[in-house]
Amino acid sequence: MEAAMGRTLIQKIISKHGGGECAGGDVVWMDIDNRSARDFAGANVVGNLEKYGGDSPIADPEKTFFTFDCNVPANTIPYATNQHRIRLYAREQHLKVWDVNAGIGSHVVIEEGLAKPGTTTIGTDSHLNIMGAVGAFGQGMGDVDTAFAFKSGKIWFQVPESVKVTLKGMPAPGTEAKDVALAMLREFGSHTLLGKSVEVQGEWLDQAELSDCITFASLGTELGAIIILLPPNQKVLDAFSMKREEAVYADDDAVYEKEYTLDITGLTPLLAAPPNPHNVHAVSEYADTKVDGVFIGSCTNGSYADMAYAAKLLKGRKVADGVMLKVVPATRTTWMRLLHEGLLADLFDAGAIVSNAGCGGCASGQIGMTGSGEVQISTSNRNFTGKQGKGDTYLAGIGTAAASAVLGRIASVNELEEV
Amino acid sequence: MASLKIQGRLWVLQRNGELISDIDTDMIFHNQYLAITDIAKMGQYAFDNLEGFKDFAKLAKPGDIVLAGDNFGSGSSRQQAVDCFTSLGVKAVIARSYGAIYKRNAINSAFPVITMPDAKASDFSHLETVVLDMEKGLLRDRKVEPMSGVQKDIFFAGGLFQYAETLKK
Repeated sequence: MEAAMGRTLIQKIISKHGGGECAGGDVVWMDIDNRSARDFAGANVVGNLEKYGGDSPIADPEKTFFTFDCNVPANTIPYATNQHRIRLYAREQHLKVWDVNAGIGSHVVIEEGLAKPGTTTIGTDSHLNIMGAVGAFGQGMGDVDTAFAFKSGKIWFQVPESVKVTLKGMPAPGTEAKDVALAMLREFGSHTLLGKSVEVQGEWLDQAELSDCITFASLGTELGAIIILLPPNQKVLDAFSMKREEAVYADDDAVYEKEYTLDITGLTPLLAAPPNPHNVHAVSEYADTKVDGVFIGSCTNGSYADMAYAAKLLKGRKVADGVMLKVVPATRTTWMRLLHEGLLADLFDAGAIVSNAGCGGCASGQIGMTGSGEVQISTSNRNFTGKQGKGDTYLAGIGTAAASAVLGRIASVNELEEV
Repeated sequence: MASLKIQGRLWVLQRNGELISDIDTDMIFHNQYLAITDIAKMGQYAFDNLEGFKDFAKLAKPGDIVLAGDNFGSGSSRQQAVDCFTSLGVKAVIARSYGAIYKRNAINSAFPVITMPDAKASDFSHLETVVLDMEKGLLRDRKVEPMSGVQKDIFFAGGLFQYAETLKK
């Protein structure tokens, strides 16, 4: 019998949720703290529960809820019908609905303190693994598995193999979390980390803000990872008023399938050019590209800190002639803060269109789409053909997006200082 | 009572001596039939878009077992690509690997999908009668991965939601 080996973060979270002394590859039942469905696929979840749910379709109404964020308020009749079907079902079963005014479900669940370090959340959003930002488990699932979680409080899950990435050094000033995430995509593409639980650590993450952690972890789906898990730093613990011993961390002697080091010393701003998120290049390589539109928002870059940074950069400046700047805060809470602190005025005065909270540019048509030939800079996470319209979408951070909006061409934030 | 040890004819899905890989959900159950919701009517279209095996539905018998290569069931999330086998009375699929969604769908609907990482077409004759032991992990005399505990729970309950009912007792 071998001596007990140290355990990785995902193994410890799953064990704590009924998964036993699990190892990578094991298929286990695990308890889910937060069981959610959004307006996309939520109506199918209701349909499954009506068909198979029996007399007690909801294990625990306190832990079960819906979040509307895709099509808010609905601008197609099928979405409106599905949302209302969900509302009626939620009323009948006494379930909470964060309705069309609330914002992106994953952000709401973090803001409300439900998805805190060490917890488990599932739902019908493919970016729910964003919970890895706070050292928590999150996973997007189909409507059958989600309905089962509503009914039983559990899911079954194949424990992924764990790998570790150490980020070495600190990026250059003017480089932000999105750029570091893009550096991951440049290094690993979409296959190297496929199906893995990716624990990331390093000097940069030790001091990162919660919003930086969210941005960084949100690109896990594009990396093909099951989840990017970040051990909660002091700032993240403070955001949840938690002590270190209340969170879950990997053992010091945890065994990883593979360990990688990525040097980010002096990293400068990056972008992902069409047609996919791992087509990553230096912003400077595209400095001559004329920009038609800019979208600032999404679960990747829609936090308060991101919006406040955009407002700071745009204050006293004007969006270039012929450029549309669209801004969508992730949640209503963020929106209200921007309003009361006067930051919305800075965005408006610069020429921005500001829409209600939600998925915005990533949900078809919520704040307009791009036409053929249109060049858009987006702070979101996917630039596949057709995702945000017919045009060419470049993924970048807040600084690059704001600078490009002002200069009317692809530009990094350092160029903005000269304007 | 469902059993973990079954016997049946083995369909070796091969082309030029190699097990066919990347059999996607459109080859298993083409999207032109997606409006069908009655499981009894799904069987007749199984593999009718898989070159070389388009007569599968006509020739298959209840109890048959299917053997394929890598990434079986890749593509869409359609449940019919699992249910069409249940419809014909096919008892299990064995493959070197599966599309992730397909595997989840099959396990959730209590249809046995068994992984055989080193499966080779040359190890079996097409339509030979074999014993598959999903408890011990044996196909005739070759090793396959046994069913996981979770897969057995759902298999014996008859489906994911049926399993949820057993949790309450």
